[in-house]
Amino acid sequence: MSHLSGRRVDRPAIVVGVVLLAAAAVVAYDANNIHAGFTYGISPSAVPFVIAAFLAVLGVGHFVAAFKEGLPTPDEADWGAVGLMSAGLFGLIASIAFGGGFILGSTILFALTARSFGRKALIVDVDIGFVLGLFIYILFNRLLGLGLPSGPIERGVLIGLDGVVGWISSLFGSSAR
Amino acid sequence: MDSLLALGSGFLVALEPINLLFAAIGVVLGTAVGVLPGIGPALTVALLLPVTFRLDPGGSIIMFAGIYYGGMYGGSTTAILLNTPGESASVVTALEGNKMARAGRGGPALATAAIGSFVAGTLATIGLAFLAPWLVRVAVNFGPWDYFALMVLAFVTVSATFGSSPLRGLTSLAFGLVLGVIGIDQLTGKARLTFGVPELLDGIEVTTLAVGLFAIGEAIYVVSRHLHAPEKPIPVKGSLWMTKEDWKRSWKPWLRGFGFGFPIGALPAGGAEIPTFLSYTTERRLSKHPEEFGKGAIEGVAGPEAANNASAAGTLVPLLTLGLPTSATAAILLAGFQQYGLQPGPLLFAQAPDVVWGLIASLFIANTMLIILNLPLIGIWVRLLAVPLPWLYAGILVFAAMGTIAANPSPVELIMLVIFGFIGFLMRRYDYPIAPAVVGLILGPMADNQLRRALQISLGDPMILLENPGSATLLAIAALALILPFVTKQLRKFKAEED
Repeated sequence: MSHLSGRRVDRPAIVVGVVLLAAAAVVAYDANNIHAGFTYGISPSAVPFVIAAFLAVLGVGHFVAAFKEGLPTPDEADWGAVGLMSAGLFGLIASIAFGGGFILGSTILFALTARSFGRKALIVDVDIGFVLGLFIYILFNRLLGLGLPSGPIERGVLIGLDGVVGWISSLFGSSAR
Repeated sequence: MDSLLALGSGFLVALEPINLLFAAIGVVLGTAVGVLPGIGPALTVALLLPVTFRLDPGGSIIMFAGIYYGGMYGGSTTAILLNTPGESASVVTALEGNKMARAGRGGPALATAAIGSFVAGTLATIGLAFLAPWLVRVAVNFGPWDYFALMVLAFVTVSATFGSSPLRGLTSLAFGLVLGVIGIDQLTGKARLTFGVPELLDGIEVTTLAVGLFAIGEAIYVVSRHLHAPEKPIPVKGSLWMTKEDWKRSWKPWLRGFGFGFPIGALPAGGAEIPTFLSYTTERRLSKHPEEFGKGAIEGVAGPEAANNASAAGTLVPLLTLGLPTSATAAILLAGFQQYGLQPGPLLFAQAPDVVWGLIASLFIANTMLIILNLPLIGIWVRLLAVPLPWLYAGILVFAAMGTIAANPSPVELIMLVIFGFIGFLMRRYDYPIAPAVVGLILGPMADNQLRRALQISLGDPMILLENPGSATLLAIAALALILPFVTKQLRKFKAEED
């Protein structure tokens, strides 16, 4: 920013200031609504009030800064790419929330993220995402014993996996006998 | 010599074959993840935390130590070869290290970073082993007011004193503090800021915040600027090994780096940037080849890297003895301890000495393991850097999602992760520091509890904080640390006007 435009109001700083004041109001409102019911000691709303005051001070600080140096001016952003990556993240959330499972979600996330970085080979990226999700799912479910969310794909995988494991162990079982 | 004895029994635990295996896996995983661009040690630990969930506490902490050191080492590799430091403490390493790599001396740069980290890390761990019991004896006498004052000091130094803007640092801290209030209050069982969402009753997970702010935020930030600033790793050409001349020029900076890093890291104030920066300027002043600085001087890599590692081990002193995290990495380590049901602090030394000393011993082992495994494997790690950016970040996002869902399989957790990701993106865009938010989240509720305990003892009189000499001194230092950046800013302004 040059010296001449330095007198202009910095909009991002104003926005942050407003958000901080709003947050201060919410924190104070919530603290005010904590009803007494504890038997002794200092109220659990004491510190939230202090934090609310702190937020308010910072909000005013941002207003002051908006009229002085403002926030650093960021580079031009590629909002299309940001949107594509966001779509991937929301795809993952949707897949987990509506029972699509982890593998479908990570496939969507991987493919759309790669595309947001300018890759055009969507089919290849879908395949990589699928294999990665499958690998992580089996690793977590079978080796670490942590259940990742399951959907139709996962159930199919587990049935298949149990089948293969059963088949292999039956091979070894029969040769041992 | 109680600590030697305790350390000895710690080594007996850590040297069990299965624990050695855990340490090795941790080091390899930590390096593999830490070497990826944009992933610093804090994020490495946060991402890999779920992997250690199902091990027994001893084994998981040992693996954890390996991940920690592996992540540190991986971060310096990225800084040197790709000029993308994953954390502010390796910014200085990138300065000379990347120039060396461009001049075809990437191998020696990586080697001096690794060996320097080993030397300084080992010395610092020895320092930790001797300093910790002494500090524990002091800390046992701390009252809640002292703890509260100590935490206020940490808040101020982490957010305001060392950053580029106190206003933005404090705002980041306030964000973390608000998140810390969310959930059931530990002392009274009252729900705060939950707005009736049951998933919020347990509070915000530190790992979710850290992974969201660091990993998702970084990915969105990079993709938003992708078209404008593409990055390419520098291939390592020529010999990987240091020459005799390199050794001669490296060993003193290593030791001096330790001298800067450990004491500053061990202060309950944090800031690994300061020792790395001090080390860099000192080496430039003392060097016989000052003309090489800015073009790839090996001292400029050896010193700061040693300082970085020594200060990282130094931050374990307040973390283990006081339960006080002073960096983002330490905050996540603390979250890790809590997940294993351990609360660092003076009591931990009394209640679970085998765990503490096992951890300290495994720091030695992880450090040694790191140098044994990583010097020969440098070639492999370098190849990891060549993963194309689209796949790299797509993979990072999948891993981030994996860690979050594995810890807490609910869509609400994922939504929070993504929201934190967007906030992290905006914070990067407008140059708000991230570490204060993470420290605020974990330290905020602790400070809240200590303050209320202090006030309960004084029957609500806040003067108790100023009547005790310990807390009064600490609060005075904190006030100074808060005012200092504003004063120096004014001074700099005057100077600039004079010039």
